[in-house]
Order: sequence, then structure tokens, then C-alpha cells
Amino acid sequence: MTLTTEEVRNIAHLARLQINDADVEQYTYELSKILDVFEQMKTHDTTNILPMAHPMDAVQRLRPDVVNETNQREKFQAIAPDVEQHLYRVPKVIE
Amino acid sequence: MTITIKQLQKGLAEKQFSSVEITQDYLNKINQQNAEINCFISVTDELALQQAAKADTAIANGKGSALTGIPMAHKDIFCTDGVKTSCGSKMLDNFIAPYNATVIEKFNQSGTVMLGKTNLDEFAMGSSNENSFYGSVGNPWDMSRVPGGSSGGSAAAVAARLAPGATGTDTGGSIRQPAALCGITGIKPTYGRVSRYGIVAFGSSLEQAGPFAHTAEDCALLLQSMSGFDPRDSTSVDQAVSDFSIDLNNDIAGLKIGLPKEFFADGLDADVAKVIESAIVEFSKLGAEIVDISLPNMGLSIPVYYVVAPAECSSNLSRMDGVRFGHRCENPVDLEDLYKRSRSEGFGDEVKRRIMIGTYALSAGYYDAYYLKAQQLRRLIKQDYVKAFEQVDVILCPTTPEVAFKRGEKTDDPINMYLQDIYTLSLNLAGLPGMSIPAGFSQAMPVGLQLIGNYFEESRILNAAHKFQQVTDWHLQAPEVK
Repeated sequence: MTLTTEEVRNIAHLARLQINDADVEQYTYELSKILDVFEQMKTHDTTNILPMAHPMDAVQRLRPDVVNETNQREKFQAIAPDVEQHLYRVPKVIE
Repeated sequence: MTITIKQLQKGLAEKQFSSVEITQDYLNKINQQNAEINCFISVTDELALQQAAKADTAIANGKGSALTGIPMAHKDIFCTDGVKTSCGSKMLDNFIAPYNATVIEKFNQSGTVMLGKTNLDEFAMGSSNENSFYGSVGNPWDMSRVPGGSSGGSAAAVAARLAPGATGTDTGGSIRQPAALCGITGIKPTYGRVSRYGIVAFGSSLEQAGPFAHTAEDCALLLQSMSGFDPRDSTSVDQAVSDFSIDLNNDIAGLKIGLPKEFFADGLDADVAKVIESAIVEFSKLGAEIVDISLPNMGLSIPVYYVVAPAECSSNLSRMDGVRFGHRCENPVDLEDLYKRSRSEGFGDEVKRRIMIGTYALSAGYYDAYYLKAQQLRRLIKQDYVKAFEQVDVILCPTTPEVAFKRGEKTDDPINMYLQDIYTLSLNLAGLPGMSIPAGFSQAMPVGLQLIGNYFEESRILNAAHKFQQVTDWHLQAPEVK
């Protein structure tokens, strides 16, 4: 097993996922099997090979910083779970 | 019976029928058959009939264009203004998109009619359409089998003749594999060809949208309408779009078709291999020159893809946090609880697995070993193709190693499921265009043949596919309607 149950709990926390205790073993098994497949990558030497992030090696396109969209707050907030006075409401963060 | 978009276009122009009539006809068929196939998540009857009436007026006034009045189905991953865009997830079950994806906007401008939104694997992650919150989809050729995925609903809808054309997205094979398994034609264009604006993002450096239809000729028409530079999509490539239909009938005598030995090796079903070999004979008869080639690094596509795609997925799906849209859990005690429970309740198993794998691959201490290594190997995969295209014009191989498998057969084994995409993944890693066309049958199920083109050479593979479809009729075979 490449991963321990403790590591899986930590990964779930980093990903902001809640994993039930009953499912931890299963995830540990499945994720370990996937990581085992990744081991195949080690057999290839990649010294001096430039990592490829974009198929055309394109770089980020920039645009002038001018307003080009109209404000559609009402429309966007109509689908929000909880809104008050045009603000998204979440549980208290600062005590 | 198979009715192509080209035939519908002719009928509309010659006033044999109206768009309202054909739209109603498709809606009736959907209402009769969708309960069993489950290929649509939403059927937009009212909107469809309004759009059809508008199209009829445009045609009557001589203002119609090539696709005006043609009914279509759209994968439920494209944002559609005012219409639920679920992405097959409980997370977005309540998400009414507040804007249109560029692809939808373009089809609206062309005057096409939207019949509804089709089922898919949750957030496009899957190869069988069994990962959907809305239930799995049946393959119209055999309901006990899967239609493929992730665009399984779109492929099944076209195969069942519930729509003459549909949209899909392809991050690792999600257009080509379901097209193969359902016996229809589908094309994934070059990365950057079609705008990704308004497509719920999964693997940003891999995914492209493309069409499904019965013929390469119809796919050329639909792809034409979808393509083009979009300043709203930072990954869109500013490259002129040629007329995809213009070269369809070109003679393919002398066309150099490469057969990569790695895609005909162990793991390929013997019957599927026979079907592909017969298709190769057809291409030879058409005058194509068959060349043996090698793509030595293809074995790496599975590990490389399953590092890169989950890494991008974990980052893209972080926006699903229960704050601004989508599912929110009941009575969160604090912000962390809100994030964790909303996401855990909203996402299915495969999505959680990929988010966790991606999170791990990008986490401190592992980035170099996994993500960076995968990005380096990705370049080797691309270079294999670049070298191959110095020798040949088009590459030919099977689309999938086997025909559609039984529902439930691979759901307990994620790795086995990933192997379904062994011939399709590398194109997304390299950014190349590819398509799947029906090439015959094995076990009474359709077999798909994949044609791979060089960058921005969609016309060339469409041309080869069209010529093949002129001398074969696999693409016109239809499953029996019960």
C-alpha cells in the first residue's frame, strides 16, 4: 500500500472533503492502486526535458484592463445558496 | 432509419417539412424512449418549439443559414442561460446557468434548435456514463451495455435517432469513445480550436468540445459552427478556421496513413482488430498508402494522463465550495464544515477520488515526482506524434480496445475503467484532433475506428472519414427500436 489511512485523511482535509471513517480503507486502497500506476513514470529519464503545460506552448494572453462586461449581480446572486444585502452569507469566520 | 443533418437541411430548404414539425417529431421520440435510455437530463420542449418557430420564420424570409432549424442535443456541461446545467452532479442539481457558453451562443446564432441537455459522467469524469447523479445511460444497441463516456448521453441520443446531432466534450476520449461504442461519428478538434468559455471545466489543458452526428459530412457542418477564436477563453487559439466541408470529397489516393504498432498490440480484442483490418483494406482500395509507424512513448499516456487530469480537476473543482452557487449542506457549524460537507454531499465517488489524487500530486513534496514528471513525459508523447507526422498525413487505429462492455462490469475497478481510454488519451495530452467513425460490428456491437490528424488538420481526417463513408454503410446502421 503506497498510502496510509492517515495520509488519506490528510489529503481529504487538504481537498476540503469529508470522508466517513467507514470509507477511509476503501479510498486508501483505490488511491494507492492509482499511485502504483504512476510508478511507471519513474522508468523514463526526463533530464533536461522541458515540462509541457499547453499543447501549443502558448503563454497567457493579456488584455487591456478596461471594463468590458456589465454588472449582473442580481442574476448571479439569484442562484446563490444564501445572500443578504448583495453579500454572500457564510458562517461566522472571526469570533 | 438514419436521417442526416444534410437531409434535414435539404428538406427544410425545399419546404418538405418545417423545423417545428421535425422538432416535434424528435421531442415525441424522446418522450417515448428517454425513460429507458436515460440519455437526457432535461428536455427543453417549450424552448425547442419557440426556437423552431423562429427558425421557420427565418427560413421563410430567406434568412436561414446552413444549420437553421436543425434540432440538436447538448451535453449538460455547456452553460445554457436560464436552463439547468447540472454537469451530471448533485453539486449543480440546482444550478440554472446565468449565461450561455460560447458554443451555445454560436449554435443559437446559427439558428439550431436545442432539444435538451444530455446525461454524462459527473463533471465529465468517466468512460461509461455510470458516474452520473441522474443514473446511468443505456446503449441503444444493447440496453445491458454502457454507451461509453463521459458524453454517453449525447452519443446514445444520436445513436437512438433522438437527435440528428449533438455536442460533447473530450478530455481523454469522451467524444471518441462513446461515438465508437454507440456506432456514430464524433470528432474532437485540435486543442484551442473551439472555445471552452462556459464549459464546466475539468482538465483545462486537455479538454475540447466537438460534435456527434451520423456522418463525417454532418460533423464538418457542426464543427464549423462551433469553431473559432474566442477572446473570452484564454486557451482559445487565434488561428483561421478553414471551411471543413470544402475538402470532404478530395481524392485520398496517395494519402499516407500510419498504423502505430503500439495501438495494435496486446490488450486489443481480436474481433475488434479484424474489423479495423478490414477498414484498412477499404482505405487501401481508396488509394491510401498504408505505412507502419511507431509511437514508442504511448505506454506512458495512462499514468501521465491520470496525474495531469486529476491535478487540473482538483484545482478547477475547488470553485464548488457551496458559497456562491451549487449545493450547500444544511446548518454548517463553521466555514470549514460548510466546505467539507457541501463538497462531500455534492460530489460522487469518482470525482472525490480524482480530486484527492490531484490534491496529492500537487501537494508539497510530491509536485516534482508526479506533476512535473508527468508534464515532462507529456512532451515526449507529443514529440512522438510530431515525428510521426513528418512521415504520414493521418494516423489510424482502433478507438477502443473492445466493444461496449456490460453495465456494472467495471464500476468496482477504476484502473480497468481507465484502460478503456488507452488509444484516446494521448491525443488530449498532445492536443491533436481525432475522430471516431463506425467501422463494423463485433458481438453485434459497433466498432469504432480512430483517425488522428496533425494540428489544425481537421479537414484532412474529415476528408478521409467521408471517403470511407462513401464506400461503406456502417455509419447508416441503426439499432432496432423497441
